[in-house]
Amino acid sequence: MNTEIFGIILMYATVLLIAIPFGSYIGKVFNNDKTWPDMVFNPLDNLFYKLGGINPGKDMNWKQHLLALLTINIVWFIISMFVLTNMSWLPLNPDNNPSMSGDLAFNTAVSFVTNTNLQHYSGESGLSYFGQLILMLWQFISAGCGIAIAAVVFFAMKENSIDRLGNFYRLFVRSCTRILFPVALVVALLLVFNGTPMTFEGKQTITSLQGDTVQVSRGPVAAFVAIKQLGTNGGGFFGPNSAHPLENPSYVTNIIETVSIFLIPIAMIFALGYILKRQKFAWIIFGVMTIGFLLLLIPTVINELGGNPAIARMGIAQPLGSMEGKEVRFGPAASAYWSINTTVTSNGSVNAMHDSLTPLSGMNALLGMMVNCFYGGVGVGFLNFYIFIILAVFISGLMVGRTPEFLGKKIEAREMKIAMIIALLHPLLILAGTAIASHIYANDPKTYAGWLNNPGYHGFSEMLYEFTSSSANNGSGFEGLGDNTPFWNIACGIVMLLARYLPIIGPVAIAGSLASKKYIPESAGTLKTDTVTFGILVFAVIAIVAALSFFPALALGPIAEYFSLY
Amino acid sequence: MQRNSKNKLFQSSMTKEALKQSFIKLSPAKMFRNPVMFTVWMGTFVMAVVCIWIATGEQSQGSFTYNLVVTTVLFFTLLFANFAEAIAEARGKAQADSLRKTREETPAKWIQTIGEMYMDEIKIVPSSQLKKGDIFLCETGDIIPSDGEIIEGLATIDESAITGESAPVIREAGGDKSSVTGGTKVLSDKIKVVVTTEAGESFLDKMIALVEGASRQKTPNEIALTILLAGFTLVFIIVTTTLKPFGDYAQTPITISAFISLFVCLIPTTIGGLLSAIGIAGMDRALRANVITKSGKAVETAGDIDVLLLDKTGTITIGNRKATNFYPANTVDENHFIKSVVLSSMADDTPEGKSIIELAGIKPSAYPVHSPRYIKFTAETRSSGIDFENTRIRKGASDAIRKLIEKAGNSFPVDTADKVNMISSNGGTPLVVCENENVLGVIELQDIIKPGIRERFERLRKMGIKTVMVTGDNPLTAKFIADKAGVDDFIAEAKPEDKMNYIRKEQNEGRLVAMIGDGTNDAPALAQADVGVAMNSGTQAAKEAGNMVDLDNDPTKLIEVVEIGKQLLMTRGTLTTFSIANDVAKYFAIVPALFIASIPALQGLNIMKLHSPETAILSAVIFNAIIIPLLIPLALKGVAYKPIGASALLRRNLLIYGLGGVIVPFIGIKIIDILVTQFI
Repeated sequence: MNTEIFGIILMYATVLLIAIPFGSYIGKVFNNDKTWPDMVFNPLDNLFYKLGGINPGKDMNWKQHLLALLTINIVWFIISMFVLTNMSWLPLNPDNNPSMSGDLAFNTAVSFVTNTNLQHYSGESGLSYFGQLILMLWQFISAGCGIAIAAVVFFAMKENSIDRLGNFYRLFVRSCTRILFPVALVVALLLVFNGTPMTFEGKQTITSLQGDTVQVSRGPVAAFVAIKQLGTNGGGFFGPNSAHPLENPSYVTNIIETVSIFLIPIAMIFALGYILKRQKFAWIIFGVMTIGFLLLLIPTVINELGGNPAIARMGIAQPLGSMEGKEVRFGPAASAYWSINTTVTSNGSVNAMHDSLTPLSGMNALLGMMVNCFYGGVGVGFLNFYIFIILAVFISGLMVGRTPEFLGKKIEAREMKIAMIIALLHPLLILAGTAIASHIYANDPKTYAGWLNNPGYHGFSEMLYEFTSSSANNGSGFEGLGDNTPFWNIACGIVMLLARYLPIIGPVAIAGSLASKKYIPESAGTLKTDTVTFGILVFAVIAIVAALSFFPALALGPIAEYFSLY
Repeated sequence: MQRNSKNKLFQSSMTKEALKQSFIKLSPAKMFRNPVMFTVWMGTFVMAVVCIWIATGEQSQGSFTYNLVVTTVLFFTLLFANFAEAIAEARGKAQADSLRKTREETPAKWIQTIGEMYMDEIKIVPSSQLKKGDIFLCETGDIIPSDGEIIEGLATIDESAITGESAPVIREAGGDKSSVTGGTKVLSDKIKVVVTTEAGESFLDKMIALVEGASRQKTPNEIALTILLAGFTLVFIIVTTTLKPFGDYAQTPITISAFISLFVCLIPTTIGGLLSAIGIAGMDRALRANVITKSGKAVETAGDIDVLLLDKTGTITIGNRKATNFYPANTVDENHFIKSVVLSSMADDTPEGKSIIELAGIKPSAYPVHSPRYIKFTAETRSSGIDFENTRIRKGASDAIRKLIEKAGNSFPVDTADKVNMISSNGGTPLVVCENENVLGVIELQDIIKPGIRERFERLRKMGIKTVMVTGDNPLTAKFIADKAGVDDFIAEAKPEDKMNYIRKEQNEGRLVAMIGDGTNDAPALAQADVGVAMNSGTQAAKEAGNMVDLDNDPTKLIEVVEIGKQLLMTRGTLTTFSIANDVAKYFAIVPALFIASIPALQGLNIMKLHSPETAILSAVIFNAIIIPLLIPLALKGVAYKPIGASALLRRNLLIYGLGGVIVPFIGIKIIDILVTQFI
């Protein structure tokens, strides 16, 4: 078999092998069941509870959970803003990098708070090590918040849960100490062993074979990269992210990092099955997500392996496929695999330049973010999926002649209202954002020429991609967009904030409202949600909503580019 | 009579009225109720303005004819949607009118009252002048002028005007069959009736108001669906609005007609236009089944029912039990036993009591007694009887009598207890008779189970509905009949509060409960149940308490009501799916048409190979308009419900309306495009 394809299969199989048992472990962590690392973590967690004055046994209702989440986020947001705008004189700045401007610091802080990690700066020149550490901390906090709030929704889906939805601080602490931290430690060690730097010293001067001296940036890279991948954060230590040879030195580190992208998003589905004791339901969700993922992945891999027709017309053979913007050590297949991995999960790290993907691959990367729930970000991916489940349950309930109910709870006007607002939000932010940018550019292309290196369809795709990436809290960029300007910094910042918190608040509010309703026992007339038929319907709802919202925009961007290229 | 018109969907008189209404409903105040169609209304208005603009010389918006055609098609989209609602209303109204006709001005023989005294003087007044509490007289041949309750007398009544059933029924004062309906005809005898409803407030009037839309409220499911549709409409507002700057960026001018066509095609006009018609048709179907519903919500709730409480008598078994055997106790003389039996049944006007006297073959007058005192049956004592001189005869359920005699210190004879068990285990009902707290013997009453009832319960089970039989019988008898009829559960030796408790228990566990009742005893339970169907022959209290009234007095009618409720939801669900699925093809028609002029590469998206951008857009809006009238019959008849389990049903509907909804418009738009091309 083609070794490149084999590499992809190997990476996916490895994820599944680890994620399924790891899902049960996550379930146990949230259920407070006994796990073997308890002896290490119990004292540690208790120390945190004591320091924070938290009573971990105190149950919260859904509103208190949201309040706790927002409190954690606001406090750390203020601290990060301070650090980013004052790094130049703060410690751990061996390279003497400058502080950030206000709008860039806002964009950066927001983008890390919201688990987006859209980077309008380059790490090696734009941040001190202290700034990097603050952002690394955020990669734990935002991921931990996502995982903890998903756990709250899992609890709310249980029968007779009512207000017993656990304690947010406890869920948050456990997410960080027992899920993110141990795995990040293992991944970081593996990366260090394979050549990723881990140091607090400044730039190193090396002399090349030709005798030139080169200043090489380094820093605490391995630790940063590990959590960037595991927490679906995606913010790279260096500007080129995991395409940088020190961030991702070899095919082996590429496997480790790719596996890390999918590990927790997939494990969360099985954690859901464990907590609800509905393994079949978890497998149906996993099936829907996987089919969606494969439908995006397969054409992308084929397109990238097929090469670029524009280059072929120049009479250049492309035996490896389309290599523009890709690293030779990974090749087009592993790069295509990464590009879909990172967009479906809201991770946003890259190991190749998405700007150079062939048009349909670029469209698939966009679609991955537009759907944003084929696995999705840690925790929040399921919350997005939950909205589609609610819509599918409603439609299917009507189709079988019964007031729709999901896991024994009736779905009524209130839930539909929230679900529709959240389902609307993503298209609204993406399309309105792109529309405003298009309008500004179309009215005065000369002034804003710096935005787009490639006007035309590709330039449109770049703007669409930037807003899609912000709204999906993904963070990857179709580079080529001149995005470090006040317009892009602030517009994307606002989009990221809305797209992070509203889609958390909505599903939690629905789940909380359903939890307080009376449980209706199943009968022969009840529509079961753990069947293949229901899975197909959920998939159809996701596909239709994405297609109807984004078809015209995609037609003007990647589709137009495709038809003019091929 | 109304049953004959059942199969005809469009009658010319109705169609004419509906056409007129379609125009009247164009008023924006009325359109505003339906957000989806209101946006179409605004789109049509804008297009009309554009047409005028072009007529005054504007060049940028394409030809006048083309714009006029688009405007006209949009206008017809509105008319079609209004027509759907109007024809549903017209059908409902025609149905209600045929019922109402029977109760138009009829002369009433009003019995005048002075203070508390009834005078024998009778005054003829028009029925509309009767007030609640008035008393009127009906004699042979009279049409009963108003709904009411018999306070004196007995009559055979022809109710065919209401129920379509030609066999006359007997209604009499006291008991649970004392109610009469206005418009029915007295065939024999004479009754005095007290008016129970004000003119204009009868159930029928309420129902007519519901159908006519004056007091039609959206049901919870309808509201949730409207939210979904409004959500989709908003998505498409976003999509079409942002298309303007996108077009500017791509240097593609997009005409107003193209914007509005795209928008109208994408928003769910199909379901939006048919939504209220579906709701009205649901109530209309209930009316056709001769069930008067007090709200649209009741019909919908019926589709969600989990538990169905049915009285054994008249529902599961034919009519009433009949006495089939007398078993005197070992030590008791048979003649004495029969005499006591007859005496105890003298004042018992229940069908069982009458059948006992029939079986004995002796008229009660054969045993004259002095100063008798009749003990009426109550649900508490569950026995009845007679006291005279020093004799106390009681007849009742075996456990009730056992309690009675054991309280007096006597013992229950073993042989009688054996007989009781024997009768019970054969599905009969034993009635024990005692004299001065000594057991005399047992009367055997037998039930006959209705043919075909088992199959109906089987159908209910497949729908996921649990059936519960309620009976005053002892547990053994109840179990025998329950097994034979195939019900899932039973409440034996039921007292009125048992029904109530059972309903409460099921409701606390989260289930929805329906029940049918007729007696005043049933009123609290009817009110407690989520769906309470009262018999039209039942007491006024029962009819007030329930949320539906069955004009046919057919206890198995709930099965039909449940199916009507399910059909209602399914029709909405499937047409929503169909409507949204249609958008895929419409996109493929319109999006290439919008951009082909400036981006020729997008010809690749024109997979239907439509003739030109103009014909593509026209075909899509024409398809969008004519699909509404094409689906009116489906909206009015409802999607067929099959009890094949929820998942199988979902699969079936998803295939027909989901996949079908994707494919049909591709074919439809292509055909229209070919036709439209002929006219260019």
